[in-house]
Amino acid sequence: MTDKFDKAPAEEPPEDSPVAKAEATPASTAPPEQIKAIPVRHWGRWVSGVIVVALLGSLIYAFSQGNVQWGTVGDFIFDQRILEGMGRTLLISVLSMAIGLVLGVVFAVMRLSKNPVTGAVAWLYIWFFRGTPVFVQLLLWFNLALIFPILNIGFYKDEMVDVMTPFMVALLGLGLNEGAYMAEIVRAGIQSVDEGQTEAAHALGMKNSKTMRRVVLPQAMRVIVPPTGNEFINLLKTSSLVAVVTYVDLTRAAQNIGSTSFAVMEMLLVASVWYLVLTSIFSVGQYYLERRYARGSLRTLPPTPWQKVKRNLSSFSSPRGA
Amino acid sequence: MTAMVKAEGVHKSYGTAHILKGIDLEVAPREVFCLVGPSGSGKSTFLRCINHLEQINAGRLSVDGRLVGYREKGDKLYELKDSEVAAHRRDIGMVFQRFNLFPHMTALENVMEAPIQVKGEAKAVARERAERLLDRVGLGDKSRNYPSQLSGGQQQRVAIARALAMEPKLMLFDEPTSALDPELVGDVLDVMRGLAEDGMTMIVVTHEMGFAREVGDALVFMDDGVVVEAGNPRDVLTNPQHDRTKAFLSKVL
Repeated sequence: MTDKFDKAPAEEPPEDSPVAKAEATPASTAPPEQIKAIPVRHWGRWVSGVIVVALLGSLIYAFSQGNVQWGTVGDFIFDQRILEGMGRTLLISVLSMAIGLVLGVVFAVMRLSKNPVTGAVAWLYIWFFRGTPVFVQLLLWFNLALIFPILNIGFYKDEMVDVMTPFMVALLGLGLNEGAYMAEIVRAGIQSVDEGQTEAAHALGMKNSKTMRRVVLPQAMRVIVPPTGNEFINLLKTSSLVAVVTYVDLTRAAQNIGSTSFAVMEMLLVASVWYLVLTSIFSVGQYYLERRYARGSLRTLPPTPWQKVKRNLSSFSSPRGA
Repeated sequence: MTAMVKAEGVHKSYGTAHILKGIDLEVAPREVFCLVGPSGSGKSTFLRCINHLEQINAGRLSVDGRLVGYREKGDKLYELKDSEVAAHRRDIGMVFQRFNLFPHMTALENVMEAPIQVKGEAKAVARERAERLLDRVGLGDKSRNYPSQLSGGQQQRVAIARALAMEPKLMLFDEPTSALDPELVGDVLDVMRGLAEDGMTMIVVTHEMGFAREVGDALVFMDDGVVVEAGNPRDVLTNPQHDRTKAFLSKVL
């Protein structure tokens, strides 16, 4: 044991020995020599890549061999009836989302209020509309005339079947369902805002309503916007269910043409193309919205795609450090 | 001269936890009043009672001759409405340990917010004052920055400017330097010192004994929900009378 300690200092070269100097000087001036090592071979990646490409290829092959009239898809993609259907799909989605947003904020605030009655009512609403399928809800609105033949709300009276047009059924069915989901999203957003923010606003003399509007909700938006974007894209697709209540949306329009022209599959593909276009557009919109509400929470905002393009172009035309 | 803040037998409890057990004290106008004591002694709770962020359970607490949170009519007390409580708070500025700046607004917008939203002031007037206040706390060049782009000390100075924008009669400081790096504490204390020189009435919950000794006009040592010792800061800090005060000061000085 002892000789180990005795040996150790003897092995180290003295401070001013030629060995130590030779090692020290080149390191301080020249850049360090890059490591040249044989990289690890990721055989698994190669194998899985080949398998996935083969599967994808066979899928594409199957569709090219399948009895799909691709020309028909092209013929009908800008068909008047399809475009009108898409317009209605957009209309019903946007309006239902607007209803959902308003109801969501109202019921979220009700659930969080200190009043036990409003809290319980909000809980009941969310419980029912989130707990039953939207398909069933649409059919309930559609068949409301079976139990209430006459709509009478004091100042307004009419036959229920006249009030419950396919448009109204779709709007109420989707909007009220969306409201229940939005209420939970908004509630989570409001609860994510630090209590110190409310205290600071109160200490400055702001009333509860103003504190909510100016301080809490703008910050809650950062938490609310991403799931809301998902909700809207979901709603855009779920709106195809309104076909069962005879509202002629994109899906229904495609089905109508398909059943008369016997191009069922082709028309469904046409509808799919348009759904993809719509969801893609709104995904981009969601990105900008999220960026808007990230103000203050990130030190620098992420660049927009357009800013990225501009930056690349400017660095291309006037290269720096030339 | 009426007291700016007057507390008589103030009690506060959360459920079974008795936090304040009968606080009696008076803060004169233009006075810098320091509250010191170990954590959990109730000093922050008392401070929060003054602007009704917490409701007292017993006793009387008044600011500038007005009861906090209640209206007295005959021998009955009536709770104030939300809007009335808010109106009372306009005159009381508060600075928090964790700053609590609004993160979605720039420094300038933070300072402009309350005058515009609460007093209905014109934007140009609020902006002019906000710029002046930010200059005063030494952050004139940071007015466009968001709180996340500022250091803790800078954030706290913006928070002071935000409270001052309402032109309060009374400023409450709840451990304003406790969340700061030691090297940033000085800037915040300098701003507070300047306020004291201008004659602002201030109640300061702090662990900065140097500040209390130098700037404070009165000091109260609290422990376990009661006032243990009160007097001139220089006297209390150099010559404490009570054993608990001595024990506390021997640890922090």
